[in-house]
Amino acid sequence: MHSHAQRKCLLFYSFFLAALLSVAVNAEEVSREQIKSLDEQVQDVKKDVLNLSAELAKLEEKLLFPSNTQVSLFLSMHEGDDFRLDSVQIKLDDKVVAQHLYSFRELEALQMGGVQRLYLGNVRTGEHELVVSYVGKAPAGGEYKRSGDYRVTKDIGPKFVEIKIAGPESTEQDIQFRDW
Amino acid sequence: MSLRLCVAALLLSPLAAFGTVKSHQELRDIFYGEILYHAYQDDYFGAISHLDIELGQHLGLDEPKLDSFAWHRGQAEFAVGDLELYYRMHLRAGRAIETVLASNVAKTERNEAAFRLARLYYRKQDYVNALHAIELIEGEVAKSIRSDEMFLRAQIYVSVGKFEEAIKLLKSLRSVVNNPYGGYVEYNLAMAYLQTGLTEQGLSTLDDLGKVFTDDKAVLALKDKGNLKLANYYLDAGDADKAGYYFSRIRLDGPFSNKALLGAGWVEVARKKYDRALVTWSLLHEREQTNYSVQEAMMAVPYAYSKLNVHGKAAIMYGKAMDVFAKEIDSLDASIKSIREGKFLTALVSKQGEKDKNWVVNLRDLPDSPETRYIMDLMAAHDFQESLKNYKDLADLRENLTTWLRDLTVYEDIIELRRRYYEPLLPPVEKKFKKLDSRMRLRVEQRDRLNERIRSLLILRRPEYLATADERALMDRLTKMKVDLEANPSVATEDILYRMKRLSGVLDWRIKSAFDHRLTKAYKNLKDLDGVIDDLHKQHRAFIRTRQAATQSYEGYTIPIQQLRTNLTETQAKLKRIMARQGRVLEQMAINELDKRRKRLEEYQIKARFALAESYDRATKQQERKLLEQSAEANASSTDEKVAP
Repeated sequence: MHSHAQRKCLLFYSFFLAALLSVAVNAEEVSREQIKSLDEQVQDVKKDVLNLSAELAKLEEKLLFPSNTQVSLFLSMHEGDDFRLDSVQIKLDDKVVAQHLYSFRELEALQMGGVQRLYLGNVRTGEHELVVSYVGKAPAGGEYKRSGDYRVTKDIGPKFVEIKIAGPESTEQDIQFRDW
Repeated sequence: MSLRLCVAALLLSPLAAFGTVKSHQELRDIFYGEILYHAYQDDYFGAISHLDIELGQHLGLDEPKLDSFAWHRGQAEFAVGDLELYYRMHLRAGRAIETVLASNVAKTERNEAAFRLARLYYRKQDYVNALHAIELIEGEVAKSIRSDEMFLRAQIYVSVGKFEEAIKLLKSLRSVVNNPYGGYVEYNLAMAYLQTGLTEQGLSTLDDLGKVFTDDKAVLALKDKGNLKLANYYLDAGDADKAGYYFSRIRLDGPFSNKALLGAGWVEVARKKYDRALVTWSLLHEREQTNYSVQEAMMAVPYAYSKLNVHGKAAIMYGKAMDVFAKEIDSLDASIKSIREGKFLTALVSKQGEKDKNWVVNLRDLPDSPETRYIMDLMAAHDFQESLKNYKDLADLRENLTTWLRDLTVYEDIIELRRRYYEPLLPPVEKKFKKLDSRMRLRVEQRDRLNERIRSLLILRRPEYLATADERALMDRLTKMKVDLEANPSVATEDILYRMKRLSGVLDWRIKSAFDHRLTKAYKNLKDLDGVIDDLHKQHRAFIRTRQAATQSYEGYTIPIQQLRTNLTETQAKLKRIMARQGRVLEQMAINELDKRRKRLEEYQIKARFALAESYDRATKQQERKLLEQSAEANASSTDEKVAP
């Protein structure tokens, strides 16, 4: 083949002369076994850290959020609701306990059916006033703001409340609360 | 991208492998929703740790079936394998899937598990085990993974040399409506044909792929790759026209454009049309000088000039190429030095490269510096990419461990504060509580006695038990008077005895007639008392809980915190060791790659030096020849003039 031969000819000198060159850097090959062994060690340390994470989570729950006072507020959206949520604010007993600005990935996770734990805290047993406000973009371009309230009854056990919000084009109620 | 890599890339896409976690299902456990929230954001560590906790708690229950998590358990067991795979914990993912396979599950679930296991082995390039796993699939496969399973099976067949079976599968996958693998099926089918020696079919399939109309970037890249493969095939076969045709089908802004331009130039060289070769190579000449094809073009352009006998221009171009190569070698030296100084690893884990989870993409935006200049070129190597991801994961875990260790100190402070607050408060409260507790017990005992008495009155009427205090006093007085009269019978006149008997009768009548009413009233009072006692019990329990919570808020943490600290410190040390090793491997890989580039450039430099000398030589000879010709012409003309009359 003509062009190939020419290309080979061009490279001939270089290969011949390259052998004469002194190597500036000492190359040390990285073997596949080395990569594999390291990969297994990395997996092992990941496993250890995951176990520690679980242990710590248990300790934190016991120490910081004991079940007799623990309250968790979760935020979710209706699956398929393409409402562009910007921010959410939560007031518990007239005190702002959580505020969140949403990134695209977080919003996408909510729209796909993920549930965000927006607040984890402690309250006394009894009744508490929960007020949720959210702001987003309406399809027409303006702001879409909604607000809703709910009476949280805290008993001896931990309390879990889901706040499900809806966008302007949803047929669902703006805000739905559910005790879990 | 090799055939294997292009498949691996596809199998890694969320479309192919994240199905289980993302498949929509009614949410019956809020914590499972939280796991999904992490998973959907590719926060695999967060998702796995939450899932581990939930699965652990669920399995620890006496009756897990009654737990709301039970509804998601099957899905969760698959999800954990998927998430671990994404977090590159293949060993654990494999075990999770094998657990599903070993359990008594429905055939569809078992098939799905076998598919996942095969995919896992395939990714680890363990093709024999991948084949074994995929052959565990029996009967019909779930619709959601049918195309994926067929494609994976075909890939495994190709990898173990079962080309004919692979061709059959890929051909049937072609006819699947909305098959997500599109161009990949065509490309891999063509490769399988070529591997089996069915060259014509292979080339024809590649030709079809090379004409596909699409706006899918991945398929467009595959289309270019197919055309490049065809062009190189024909170039090697000496068919410059066909080679030129296929090179011309490759996009000028695609990932294979540099190779296409270079090849197109060689096609023109083969046709001995050096001026046309210069047109395509000149385009390439202007592009990024770190690219192999561009570097080759820098040598090819003066080569073409020399073929056109423009040796002066060729010499200048060789000189320019040598300058560029020298500069590039300096740049490579600076990068190698910088890598050796550890700056490469620091740049890789810098926050700048981590604007979001797409950090691999963001590596492009790292500021130009010796340590990061060649990062995207290095990323082309699969091993480097995987090692870099591991290094990044380790860096994140290192940060977690540091934060957690700091948190433990904060927890100890909290515990100490609580201890200081509660310890002086609790003893007096406890003392007061004990007193109240004993009084309460006494009252409760009294209530129980009353209850017993009322119950016995229902069976045996004893009206005197319900006599009022006045009535009881009157009864006592009458009894005492009777005793006095018996002691002094002389005083006991008939009238007195009659009156006393009458009084006793009246009293007895009153007590007995009021009995029913009094019993009812006593019963009602007892019920009221029960209500009060219930409230008392509630308060008692609440107090005990509060006292327990107060005590538990600072007691019983010393040993767990100590253990956690020890484990965290040990893991931190282990992680540090592994991270250092991983870092060294990464540095070595980078240095090896850059060194390879450096050597190649040095070779080019030497070759350019020789070619430069040759061009000068030829240019000088050409000039001398011209001068000689000119002087010969001049001599001839002067002789003619002399000869002329």
